[in-house]
Amino acid sequence: MTTAAPAGRRVRRLRPETRWAYIFMVPWLVGLLVFQLGPMIASLALSFADYDLISAPRFTGLDNYARMLEDDKVARAVGNTALYTALHVPLAVVLALVLALVLNRITGRAAGAFRTIFYLPSMTPYVAVGVLFLFLLNGQAGMVNDFLALFGISGPQWTTDPDWILPGIVLMSLWNLGSTTIILFAALRNVPRELAEAAMIDGAGPWQRFRSVTLPMISSALFFVVIINTITSLQMFDQVYTMFFGNQIAQQSSGDAALFYVVYLFQQAFQFLHMGYASALAWLLFLVIAVITLIQVKVGNRLVYYEAEEHAG
Amino acid sequence: MTTTLHPAEPAVQAPAAARGGGDGTADTAARGTRKVFFLTILAAASALFLYPFVWLVVASLKPRDRTFADPFLPWPRPFAPGNYAAVFEAAPVLTWLVNSLVVGIAAALAVTLSSAFVAFGFAYFRFPGRGLLFGSVLATMMLPGAVTLVPTYLIWNSVGLTGTQVPLWAANLFGSAFYIFLLRQFLLGVPRYVFEAARVDGASYFDLFWRIALPLSRPALIIAFIFELKASWFELMKPLIYLQDPGLYTLPRGLKAIVDTFYQGGDPKWEIVLAASVITTLPLMVIFFIGQRYFVEGIATTGRRG
Repeated sequence: MTTAAPAGRRVRRLRPETRWAYIFMVPWLVGLLVFQLGPMIASLALSFADYDLISAPRFTGLDNYARMLEDDKVARAVGNTALYTALHVPLAVVLALVLALVLNRITGRAAGAFRTIFYLPSMTPYVAVGVLFLFLLNGQAGMVNDFLALFGISGPQWTTDPDWILPGIVLMSLWNLGSTTIILFAALRNVPRELAEAAMIDGAGPWQRFRSVTLPMISSALFFVVIINTITSLQMFDQVYTMFFGNQIAQQSSGDAALFYVVYLFQQAFQFLHMGYASALAWLLFLVIAVITLIQVKVGNRLVYYEAEEHAG
Repeated sequence: MTTTLHPAEPAVQAPAAARGGGDGTADTAARGTRKVFFLTILAAASALFLYPFVWLVVASLKPRDRTFADPFLPWPRPFAPGNYAAVFEAAPVLTWLVNSLVVGIAAALAVTLSSAFVAFGFAYFRFPGRGLLFGSVLATMMLPGAVTLVPTYLIWNSVGLTGTQVPLWAANLFGSAFYIFLLRQFLLGVPRYVFEAARVDGASYFDLFWRIALPLSRPALIIAFIFELKASWFELMKPLIYLQDPGLYTLPRGLKAIVDTFYQGGDPKWEIVLAASVITTLPLMVIFFIGQRYFVEGIATTGRRG
């Protein structure tokens, strides 16, 4: 080995390093094949078949997709999920932005303490959040309606009136603003003070300073929280399932008013064992999320102001 | 925290004085009023965020027929701490707590170590296909879990591990895109000569990972560990899918069973549902207060939703 020509030694010196590099990649590669790529391809294949775990999968072509178009429950689930997302995302992002802006105006320990308080609800497991809001939103005696009664408003039956179930879920979702607020607050912290000061000296009012200085400087964070909130909204499951599914009484009283897309997917797969149909539902969700992400990235590239150093880094 | 914040205060004063043209007292008063205004908003918001917790804890300590009574009274009247004893009699909550801890620690430990292992590979080596492989890491971050739900179940079913807790953590042995990304970014910040010096001293590549990269990335490892512990503690869908035996349930799955049994139906036992909710939430709160710094840092720097 030691007698090899310089060129040969160079090759040999690189090789073990490359081999070691691939050894470090092994867990990822195995996981990618077994738990990501493999299942994706398998679920695409299954989406063209009937499979109930008992008899062998039977190829049915596009039947599952055709059935989705005619399935009223799919329409209902898509409608509920879309409406929830359309309500939750703007409300959550705007409220979190307001909180972050106010947090940014105070200094010292107080800001940290408030930030902790805002994040606390996000440390509550979703099942417990669902349970808590079953009580808080109770139409007869819940705290939310007791609170509204203080202002002479007689609150709706949030957990049983089909027209009010979705608004109730949106209300519940706004309790979990913590992480969005922290991300936006961190972005606001990074806005150089000199910029706002320069604008102030130039005579810009508070609104103008916000529009022309602050907003562009935090646009990438803002854009990011919109994407993340949208993607998680589309996959809403835990809280809703806890509140309205899993036992006969809850399911009957809510009808389909709380039927979210992933809830329906879960039911099809693991309650009715329609593995093929559930896979088709999963692929539709995947495509929708992929398209939304692409659109948001495209639009974002036009709207978002990136600092030059962000590109360099 | 405070040390970084205080030097900023004179900077706020400077333009105010420049604008006010010298007369500082009016400006100071206006600033004081504004500060009171902002603090009031934050206090009101805090009350809205905190009061549901207060209600939950208070209601869990009241007798059943008083659950909804005095909603704005911040202490239990009458006091019924026996609800908590009743929970442990009604369901194997202690077993569920232990299960959640075991599964959570296994999941967090597995994902932290395997992700660090892969992240070191990405950060240290130059090798053919690295760009493509790293692209696959970034791409899977966007993949919604629902897509792989059914086939993943079929995999665990085919090896006979449905009905056990293994599917709740074992996939974590292969790293997770988000943590690989986080740890790689962290390791890229470690100067290369640190590793090269160890190489010269005869350390193997595995030594570089185990003896240098791991200890140096401690803060990032802690972030990965507590994020995954939290994610595992939240998880409802996997236990719903994989666990049938109530003796194997984790806390969220157990709480769901308690809701289904005691919230509705002929004989609702609200106090049990509420006390079980408190028991499910409390351990995470403790972890949060211990590791608070890391949570806030992790969310702020990586943008991960907690």
